[in-house]
Amino acid sequence: MAGHSEYVPQSAGAKWLESRLPVISLVRGSFVDFPTPKNLNYWWTFGGILFFVLISQIITGIVLVMHYTPSTAAAFDSVEHIMRDVNFGWLLRYLHSNGASMFFIAVYIHIFRGLYYGSYKAPREISWILGVIIFLLMMATAFMGYVLPWGQMSFWGATVITNLFGALPLVGETIVTWLWGGFAVDNPTLNRFFSLHYLLPFMIFGVVLLHVWAFHTTGNNNPTGVQPKTKQDTLPFHPYYTVKDLFAIVIFMIFFAWFVFYSPNYMGHADNYIEANPLVTPAHIVPEWYFLPFYAILRAVPDKLGGVLLMFGAIAVLFILPWLDTSKVRSGAYRPLFKQFFWIFAINAVALGYLGAMPAEGWYVIFSQICTAYYFAHFLIILPLLGFLEKPAPLPASISEAVLKGGSGTPAGAVSAPETK
Amino acid sequence: MSTMIKMVRALTAAAVIAVAAPALAAGGHKPNIEQYEWSFAGPFGTYDWAQLQRGFKVYQEVCQACHGMRLIAFRNLMEEGGPSFTEDQAKAIAADYIIVDGPDDYGDMFERPAILADRFPSPFPNEQAARAANNGAYPPDFSLIAKARAAHRGFPWFVFDIFTQYAELGPDYITSLLTGYVEPPEGKEVPEGQYYNDAFLAGEFISMAPPLSDELVEYTDGTPMTTEQYAKDLSAFFMWAAEPHMEARKQMGFRVMLFLVIFAGLLYFTKQAIWRDVKH
Repeated sequence: MAGHSEYVPQSAGAKWLESRLPVISLVRGSFVDFPTPKNLNYWWTFGGILFFVLISQIITGIVLVMHYTPSTAAAFDSVEHIMRDVNFGWLLRYLHSNGASMFFIAVYIHIFRGLYYGSYKAPREISWILGVIIFLLMMATAFMGYVLPWGQMSFWGATVITNLFGALPLVGETIVTWLWGGFAVDNPTLNRFFSLHYLLPFMIFGVVLLHVWAFHTTGNNNPTGVQPKTKQDTLPFHPYYTVKDLFAIVIFMIFFAWFVFYSPNYMGHADNYIEANPLVTPAHIVPEWYFLPFYAILRAVPDKLGGVLLMFGAIAVLFILPWLDTSKVRSGAYRPLFKQFFWIFAINAVALGYLGAMPAEGWYVIFSQICTAYYFAHFLIILPLLGFLEKPAPLPASISEAVLKGGSGTPAGAVSAPETK
Repeated sequence: MSTMIKMVRALTAAAVIAVAAPALAAGGHKPNIEQYEWSFAGPFGTYDWAQLQRGFKVYQEVCQACHGMRLIAFRNLMEEGGPSFTEDQAKAIAADYIIVDGPDDYGDMFERPAILADRFPSPFPNEQAARAANNGAYPPDFSLIAKARAAHRGFPWFVFDIFTQYAELGPDYITSLLTGYVEPPEGKEVPEGQYYNDAFLAGEFISMAPPLSDELVEYTDGTPMTTEQYAKDLSAFFMWAAEPHMEARKQMGFRVMLFLVIFAGLLYFTKQAIWRDVKH
């Protein structure tokens, strides 16, 4: 990380610090002088956007905790106390609850960008795997955070999801009891979820640093997928990408604010404004929207254990993706067949999300099964075969050459660099 | 180009699935929820304090015998962006309610009139008592009712709602419900002690008798005393009760948006200036 800086301390103070802890050259090497491909488009700004959302979630979360009471008797009312009586409590709470959705919107775009441009391929496998770990941690954090207001969906969502572990043979029941801290979702469950919901974001922060470290070691991928060859191909991170990322973050903030200030409950479920009641089951138990594709996969299989395994398999398959894609070409921009399958996969994922929100009955189940099968086929059949069947388009010799020709490395319909001179 | 064609094809297929699937799976009761005009809709929406005061009056005279408002404090009635009662009015309203307080120095609970700091006392001590008094049905608390009913929007409306900022489904539902006591379709058997309602989410029959009727509550400001007007005033009041800081939220939202748009514009030109000499 630090190796990219040619920083030489000038002042006495900087020399003193640098010889003891080379933190200035570390930061300069990572976020100032770091050589970044000059052709990154706006899809690459979502890393910075995600970092902003993570910090925003941590800050609003820390303040919310000052007013929240983690107990089944008081949790629901304490959230309403925040909404009604705490100064700007409504703002903090809406920022935090919508922030979770923003986090997933940004991370899904970030993941699909990686899928399209082959950012998971050698030498960036570790960055990719760390990214999947962050995604898993995010899902655990968001799930446990949703339980904290102790509304009907909090309670029943927690019940449904923790019960999934009961499908495991032999140890299932023991694990579920252990997760609950009792024989039902109750006060011990709420308290441990609260504890972990506070802990996991800091673990995410740690893994994010590793994630950045890994791709700063290999260098960023870029829309051509061709490694930078000369200094002509790169730019220092600052000011070029600091200003570009900041611009993208502010645009994202406008999108974020649209929901927080005008439709703050759009992403949530109305039933979570009813206090949890173990005796009344909601008509339809649905998870938050960002889990819906996985929920559809879970329910596509009539067998509980099979559904659970497939759902976790849907994430697990991402870990081995770098070795499933056999194509030597990194960027989807030069892969005519892959490009089409990529978009089908994306639409399939959205369809799974829709099906996850619908009741598990009739045709919905059949469509869920088709979409689930396609999800796995994409990774396990299509990607391994494409590498052999597809004839990729000729690659540019370098990033600079691609840039001079113009237009290449940009997917159809993508927002590319707004100005080509 | 072929990618685009493929995309359009796939999108069409997805849309066909999305539209066809509900039709295939649907069946039975579909709640009929109308949309009404609300002063608090949209980015510059504000509550009509006179409407909130009327809604509160209807709540007091019609609903509160069975339905509580346990999260609302009497002081809220005089706060900005709400029904805007004066402090004296709010105090007088509070004084009509009895709060069980205590224990006193002798260990006994005692009753006293409510003050501004108290919250509305609930009509029943617990759910069991409420059910016992209401033929087994539980009259829900109304503090959050305007946000707590999941009426189905369906595709594609839930997509449009993002752009239109439609967030009034709660009051639309409440008004539709209160005006939804229509004649049951021919041949429909209405169970004893229940009523047919074409907007009710949980089924065709509701345990609550039609609560409103024309001329039921006296309005002194010349507002028409009709069932629909009562229903709308009540719904507006419940929206405020569920979202008491909505006005402050939307006003801050406008300032935040203005700032962000200008800031983004400045950043854009800064970025263009910095990148001017780079081919990328």
